[in-house]
Amino acid sequence: MAKQTEIRYLTPLSVDVKKKKYCRFKKNGIKYIDYKDPEFLKKFLNEQGKILPRRITGTSLKFQRRIAQAVKRARHIALLPYVTDLMK
Amino acid sequence: MNNYETVFILTPVLSDAQMKEAVEKFKTLLTDQGAEIVNEEDWGLRKLAYPIDKKTTGFYTFLEFNADPTVIDKLEVNFRRDERVIRFLTVKQDKFALEYAEKRRKNKGGKRHEAHASAGDAAKTVKKEKAEAVEAEVELNEKED
Repeated sequence: MAKQTEIRYLTPLSVDVKKKKYCRFKKNGIKYIDYKDPEFLKKFLNEQGKILPRRITGTSLKFQRRIAQAVKRARHIALLPYVTDLMK
Repeated sequence: MNNYETVFILTPVLSDAQMKEAVEKFKTLLTDQGAEIVNEEDWGLRKLAYPIDKKTTGFYTFLEFNADPTVIDKLEVNFRRDERVIRFLTVKQDKFALEYAEKRRKNKGGKRHEAHASAGDAAKTVKKEKAEAVEAEVELNEKED
């Protein structure tokens, strides 16, 4: 009897298998991240305009560096804000 | 010779003719130094993401050119000296950027519309700013009297 309850308890846990994150640049073969396209860069920012960490977006290290560079350039030429509230 | 691209923002207080003249000035400066201009884009009047020098809009111009590295110094010194330029950014294009820039040049037609759409509401705020600038001048003149 005890064994059965254990089995019942274990099955729902295996149901919510997490989706594997992937780097969208590697997957789609994007080589260059344009700082002149603020709408695209907004995908990698949170509501306050901060750059999202890799652990959330799943971007590879190589492209995370390039995103950071592009976002900083976009901020300099006022295409993106340095600080904001409710950007989206 | 390297490939560069530069974006600069001119103050919205200028009229269209003055703006074009300023852009022309930098273009001739580049060509005089032996640079070859590959592409020029006028993004028109755009809203800034944050105010610069108490201005909320600006004329954006984008230039692509081939030049020697020494030219960049001269160009940037001129940007700093010119009061009409409120912000500028010059970037050297690496091989990926070059590829991307070529693609961008090919479908330039589509991109233009976007810039003009955002220019519509930006024009309103600029009128306000121009009016304020005129007021400030009037005040100055009164003081002098």
